[in-house]
Amino acid sequence: MKKNKWGLIILGLVIFIIVITFPFWYGKGKTSPAPTLSLDTPAIAQLKEKRCVEDTSFMRESHMKFLGTWRDGAVREGKRLHTARDGRVFEVSLSGTCLKCHSNKEQFCDRCHNYLGAKPSCFSCHNIPGEVKK
Amino acid sequence: MKNISISLIAVLILAALPTGLSTLGLSGLITNILPYVAIAVFLIGFVFRILLWAKSPVPFRIPTTCGQGKSLPWIKSNPVESPAGYWGVIARMAQEIFLFRSLFRNTDVAIVDGRPVYGSAKWLWFCGLLFHWSLLIIVLRHLRFFVEPIAPWIGALSALDGFFEIGIPTLYLSDAAILVGLTFLFLRRVVVPQVRYISLFTDYFSLLLIAGVVSTGLLMRHFSPADLNAVKTMAMGWVTFSPVVPQGINPVFYIHLCFVFVLLAWFPASKLMHAGGVFLSPTRNLANDSRMRRHINPWNAPVKVHTYEEYEDEFRDKMKASGLPVEKE
Repeated sequence: MKKNKWGLIILGLVIFIIVITFPFWYGKGKTSPAPTLSLDTPAIAQLKEKRCVEDTSFMRESHMKFLGTWRDGAVREGKRLHTARDGRVFEVSLSGTCLKCHSNKEQFCDRCHNYLGAKPSCFSCHNIPGEVKK
Repeated sequence: MKNISISLIAVLILAALPTGLSTLGLSGLITNILPYVAIAVFLIGFVFRILLWAKSPVPFRIPTTCGQGKSLPWIKSNPVESPAGYWGVIARMAQEIFLFRSLFRNTDVAIVDGRPVYGSAKWLWFCGLLFHWSLLIIVLRHLRFFVEPIAPWIGALSALDGFFEIGIPTLYLSDAAILVGLTFLFLRRVVVPQVRYISLFTDYFSLLLIAGVVSTGLLMRHFSPADLNAVKTMAMGWVTFSPVVPQGINPVFYIHLCFVFVLLAWFPASKLMHAGGVFLSPTRNLANDSRMRRHINPWNAPVKVHTYEEYEDEFRDKMKASGLPVEKE
């Protein structure tokens, strides 16, 4: 193996560089815009104050944990009402509260989830109002 | 203790670095400049170290056999542990790289009744394997932030890793496994007196730095989430060479980034280079064929020799005349 030592070294290094730079060549350098979330639903258009249960940055970062506490509270302790930090009261319901406003799951939930490869299992049980199960 | 303390202080300073930089208004340094510096240092340094090692002469085979070498046909040989050919070497290297075969031979010694007693010690091998495979899976899973659209195999790997769907967001098994592995590797250095005695700054620092990466990552996944949308937008900015400065990402994320960049830049200068070095282990990647082939040291000085054949040719007549036996008539 001594004779072709340099061949193997170069081969190894080329493979190493190709593998490490995978993200740089995989997308062929095309820029892909970040997903834009559509808030254009009839329910949101009717709202006077366009405000989710909590403020936007909190919902962006922590909605999954937040929905987790909703689930645990509702299913295990029967807490069906949630009082937000600013005193407004919401029914604890994914289909009834969240999806009432965000009725456009494909233009809202799915856009970020697909972009980030997040596969929440919410909708394997919860139904999406207005969507016929495929 | 001194080495542990210095390593810990170094990691804590690195953790404080992003906050310090952003108060100075230099957060663009971390998000736009350091990623390129880190990956460039990593790649160039890695290649440089490998070429440096590749230049070292290895004129002879180092047959540290762990099995019977190939010799006579009726002696059963072990073609993987003591390979004589190309494919055997590939099998041995694959065992070493994917399963840490050498570490599996690790033994422990204890003094029982005044005599040393040797036994098998597999914990280091097991936790080492756990740590390295978890690290690989975690790095591959992170590719979801670096490619768009996400390649199907990345999603499949994540789904497999989060198979049990424990908690929201799902606990990845590799995250739990890497914590177990890291904890063992660190405690081993702290608890075992012999290992503590030979442990240096670089040993503790590697472990603590990776522990820092893992803990900030887990913190963001399970306790104080970061805005992943902004994170991926930034990461995609790097790979398309159009970096953007993100707004309002959780400070823990910048600590995570800072740790990763330091890890990347420090990698080629440290013992972590065993990642590349393992491929160049002469006792593993050279066939044990010293009995089959003559390996001549290429830089041997030319020695003037006079073989017996030449001697006989020169003196054959005289040898015959004096009655000495000759091999060729």
